[in-house]
Amino acid sequence: MDSPFGLLAELTYRCPLACGYCSNPLNLADYTDELTTDEWRRVLVEASELGVLQCHLSGGEPLLRRDLVQIVAQAAEIGLYTNLVTSAIGLSRSTAERLRAAGLDHVQISIQAEEPANSDRLAGIPSFQRKIEAMELVKELGWPLTMNVVLHRHNIDRVAGVIELAERVGADRLELANTQYYGWAWRNREALLPSRAQLEAAEVVVRAARQRLRECMEVIYVVPDYYSRYPKPCMGGWAARQLTVTPNGDVLPCPAAQSLPLPRASVRVDPLARIWAESPVLTAFRGTDWMPDPCRSCDRRELDFGGCRCQAFQLTGDAARTDPVCHLSPDHHLVARAVAAANPGAPTEDLPLIPRPHRVRASRRTPTAAPPRR
Amino acid sequence: MDSTRTRSGVGVSGSDRPRLARHVRMSFCRRRQRPILQLPETVVVLNNSGAAILELCDGRHTVAEIVAALGARYRTVPDDEVRRFLTHLAARRCVEFADG
Repeated sequence: MDSPFGLLAELTYRCPLACGYCSNPLNLADYTDELTTDEWRRVLVEASELGVLQCHLSGGEPLLRRDLVQIVAQAAEIGLYTNLVTSAIGLSRSTAERLRAAGLDHVQISIQAEEPANSDRLAGIPSFQRKIEAMELVKELGWPLTMNVVLHRHNIDRVAGVIELAERVGADRLELANTQYYGWAWRNREALLPSRAQLEAAEVVVRAARQRLRECMEVIYVVPDYYSRYPKPCMGGWAARQLTVTPNGDVLPCPAAQSLPLPRASVRVDPLARIWAESPVLTAFRGTDWMPDPCRSCDRRELDFGGCRCQAFQLTGDAARTDPVCHLSPDHHLVARAVAAANPGAPTEDLPLIPRPHRVRASRRTPTAAPPRR
Repeated sequence: MDSTRTRSGVGVSGSDRPRLARHVRMSFCRRRQRPILQLPETVVVLNNSGAAILELCDGRHTVAEIVAALGARYRTVPDDEVRRFLTHLAARRCVEFADG
């Protein structure tokens, strides 16, 4: 068992935006009992002792945590590289300056589309202009800036405009991430999945931009796995390099894993090192011993690790099956069917997106009760 | 700041003066007992000669000077290995070159 390199600290699932492609869990009400500042401080120290080097502060919208500056200061003090993953709503000049002084290393700002009307419609609130101003502020304060855009049926045709915008604001990195179908995005999958023609056109644009911008901007393209021959190497293997702590202190290999029928592990109950080493939610699919065929005997088993366990569970009801994205999977027809429905001849053009709620009322559930399982 | 460039996939010359890109931080991981580079979203675990090269990447030393310094310290680090290492890191945007 290796030490993890990265901690995804999901500070809150509250968010001012309502993007229909959000990967946050559907059961947002189970995450309202958020860790306190002191609990996050302890988590950061335990993570660092476990070998974590990078801390991604995400959510929801992490800027909604009033103690964000204190959390960043703690992470910086113990030498973690800190990355703020934000919608930029709430990133005022004074907050940005305090985060800079606290030692924040890098800022990633999402945008929903390349122009105000579409971006604001997808975000659910007027936000485009504020995001652009925040990106300019990030550059002015001397941070490296990543612009992140989640691509889907409703914005992928305008990827050239996204790239132009990233150039205009001086982004150091541009992350063009095809939607991954978890949480609210899973619920909206039919409305979000682009057609093959859309993807092929976008990929021509992205390849050309990468070549043209190679000396000034890193362009990352997260492939649409539904259209891939082989599955993505999800998280670099189950609980191999990364771990996630959810707003209420649950520990997971990735945020989507909250949906799997595995017993909870919480930083409120056990030390992080013990959870990483022993907890079933982290050991269940570590390595290759759990693999069924065709993965077990596949040459690629150490390359893609059987793909994504959460996707296997979502599509088949069994997290231990080969990711159905793989063309060798006995369940591949489940993906092929979804892809067929997104392409010409299918009647599902332009379905409405269900927005995720900004916040939910606190659950009446006691904090020690297990979340519901699907 | 604009007088720098990164060169993805292009070789380096002896007169280039490499330095770590602004968003890259070099440190030492006590848990792993290895020098590391930190970038947004990525950690690069270095070996000792890699770290020794990067410690000299300060925008003042030329590649030729770094090769000479490494040669004096580690008999086993040949010229083209230093260049290959820097070319690789430039392609990953960890290293940039000051002009002139």
